[in-house]
Amino acid sequence: MKILVCISKTPDTTAKIAFTDNNKKFAADGVQWIINPYDEWYALVRAIELKEKDPSTVLHLVTVAGADADPIIRKALALGGDEAIRVNTDSHDSFFIASQIASVAKQGGYDIVFTGKETIDYNGSSVGGMVAELLDLPYISLATKFELNGTAATVTREIEGGEETDEASLPLVVSCQKGMAEQRIPNMKGIMGARTKPLKVVEPAATEALTTIVSFETPPAKAGVKLVPADNPAELIRLLHEETKLI
Amino acid sequence: MSVLVFIDHADGHIKKASLEALSYGAALAAKTDGTAEGIILGTVNEELAALGKYGVKKVYQVKNESLNHLDAQVFTKVIAEAVSSTGSKIIVFSNNLSGKAIAPRLSARLKAGLVAGAVALPDTSNGFVVKKNVFSGKAFANISVSTDIKIIAINPNSYPVSAGDGTAEIADLAINVDPFKVKTVSVSKSSGEVPLTEAEIVVSGGRGLKGPENWGMVEELAKLLHAATACSRPVADSHWRPHNEHVGQTGIAIAPNLYIAIGISGAIQHLAGVNRSKVIVVINKDPEAPFFKAADYGIVGDAFEVVPKMIEAVKKLKGVA
Ligand SMILES: Cc1cc2nc3c(=O)[nH]c(=O)nc-3n(C[C@H](O)[C@H](O)[C@H](O)COP(=O)(O)OP(=O)(O)OC[C@H]3O[C@@H](n4cnc5c(N)ncnc54)[C@H](O)[C@@H]3O)c2cc1C
Ligand SMILES: Nc1ncnc2c1ncn2[C@@H]1O[C@H](COP(=O)(O)O)[C@@H](O)[C@H]1O
Repeated sequence: MKILVCISKTPDTTAKIAFTDNNKKFAADGVQWIINPYDEWYALVRAIELKEKDPSTVLHLVTVAGADADPIIRKALALGGDEAIRVNTDSHDSFFIASQIASVAKQGGYDIVFTGKETIDYNGSSVGGMVAELLDLPYISLATKFELNGTAATVTREIEGGEETDEASLPLVVSCQKGMAEQRIPNMKGIMGARTKPLKVVEPAATEALTTIVSFETPPAKAGVKLVPADNPAELIRLLHEETKLI
Repeated sequence: MSVLVFIDHADGHIKKASLEALSYGAALAAKTDGTAEGIILGTVNEELAALGKYGVKKVYQVKNESLNHLDAQVFTKVIAEAVSSTGSKIIVFSNNLSGKAIAPRLSARLKAGLVAGAVALPDTSNGFVVKKNVFSGKAFANISVSTDIKIIAINPNSYPVSAGDGTAEIADLAINVDPFKVKTVSVSKSSGEVPLTEAEIVVSGGRGLKGPENWGMVEELAKLLHAATACSRPVADSHWRPHNEHVGQTGIAIAPNLYIAIGISGAIQHLAGVNRSKVIVVINKDPEAPFFKAADYGIVGDAFEVVPKMIEAVKKLKGVA
């Protein structure tokens, strides 16, 4: 069994979101970078669990990013995984990123490609589906459970107002969200071990980008809260009814 | 430009998110001097011609009951064929759960630039630039798409449904449907309740409610308002409420018209999932709770005193005893 987990780096969830260069660039100065939570907590941890069950599993990580992502990928390796591949390029175009991942995946011949549900910065929720199409593999998106029986996978995914359970044979691409696994903290042994695990750097395959970011905007500030006294909740209901007309 | 809108359905009914997508597609076609058409895969118990009132002239149907379940790979091939036979230049999806499964695949298949999570009509004054949510609702990005075919997935609840007159012509599309590689074995829906991602009103509780036994008032208020219920992450992590109610950065992102947060502090990761709500109401006993900065209306008070009184007031308003 060979598993590939897609790992992206995102600003820490508490990072201040601001832009420079005439609102053309994210202001990265002083920003703490983390592994995208969906990739770390759900995709990677589920893959590690599968490897724990079947230790012959080969688990690789891939990230499409510049060298500044190395600490992130080492942290991911500290959680688990045998080796990491970094495709050395910086891009925010989902198709470009997906093409790089697909090219790594083709060479590695993986049975499962796991991605996170979405990156918390660019929120595309797109890379997994694109990778699946480029590899011509089935895609199960927004999965909350993943069980394996030989080469048959049983996957639960979110649908509007509920869940659906699907069956498919490997190879497969799956995007992961809450429910798949529980967050883990790397231990000392993992951190020490990660230092010597291979981190291969490869140059990007030639591909076009399909979109470009022209500029960013921050939403207009809220007008401020209208406070209603605690002894008069009926007034709040009146305002919601008459001012907002929502109830 | 000719616009093709993907019409999503479940249990025989067209989803509201798709009515938004149809309205968006029609407005987009009008803006670019084109026509809007729809495409539906599978069968529904609704009159498709009536979709004309959202501005589509024609609805293509691939009438094959196997398509009542989603396999993104099969759907993508069918839609790609439809795009080439109709000559459509812009494909519109709702960025709902089905849209997230199909639109990226279609983008890769057609090498058509995708904007997933769009919140407005494109700016066509200089190229084709679409505004989308980024940084979990904390910012927007304007994305330029230069490919010949373009795909837009519009966020649910970002574009209003606009209905007028008109009936659509229905055309059957004969497209070969591949065997499914993903087989649906079971579907479970929380019956009777309003699905969180489609709800117009959401009532949400946090750790301030102290324990699962206190959720009765949250559920009662939600029921009276036809609202869905949600919760903060620690509440789901402590198993006070099911995981699928967890909203925020690492849970579900929602954009209802009204979000009522009870006993939730308003941590930045929580806000990331709810900050696209049109109106936010916060009930918290701490006047310094960060949530008040993001709120439109608020009460600084004890939820256990305030919420029962809100319930009384809503009952009065709705004339329920
Ligand atoms: C990477 C990361 C991702 C995260 N993702 C999410 C996410 O997706 N969603 C999420 O919600 N959190 C998320 N969190 C956690 C987040 O940081 C907060 O810890 C969490 O939102 C706090 O939940 P809470 O407001 O329910 O609880 P608390 O912070 O404990 O707040 C309880 C609030 O209730 C009020 N209160 C207490 N008693 C009463 C009363 N009787 N009446 C009225 N008010 C009362 C208090 O004043 C307080 O403001 C994430 C954190 C990290 C680090
Ligand atoms: N640069 C990247 N390198 C590796 N994986 C990525 C990258 N960008 C996105 N992904 C993966 O694709 C998922 C969806 O990303 P997105 O489409 O950007 O929301 C993420 O959760 C990651 O697993």
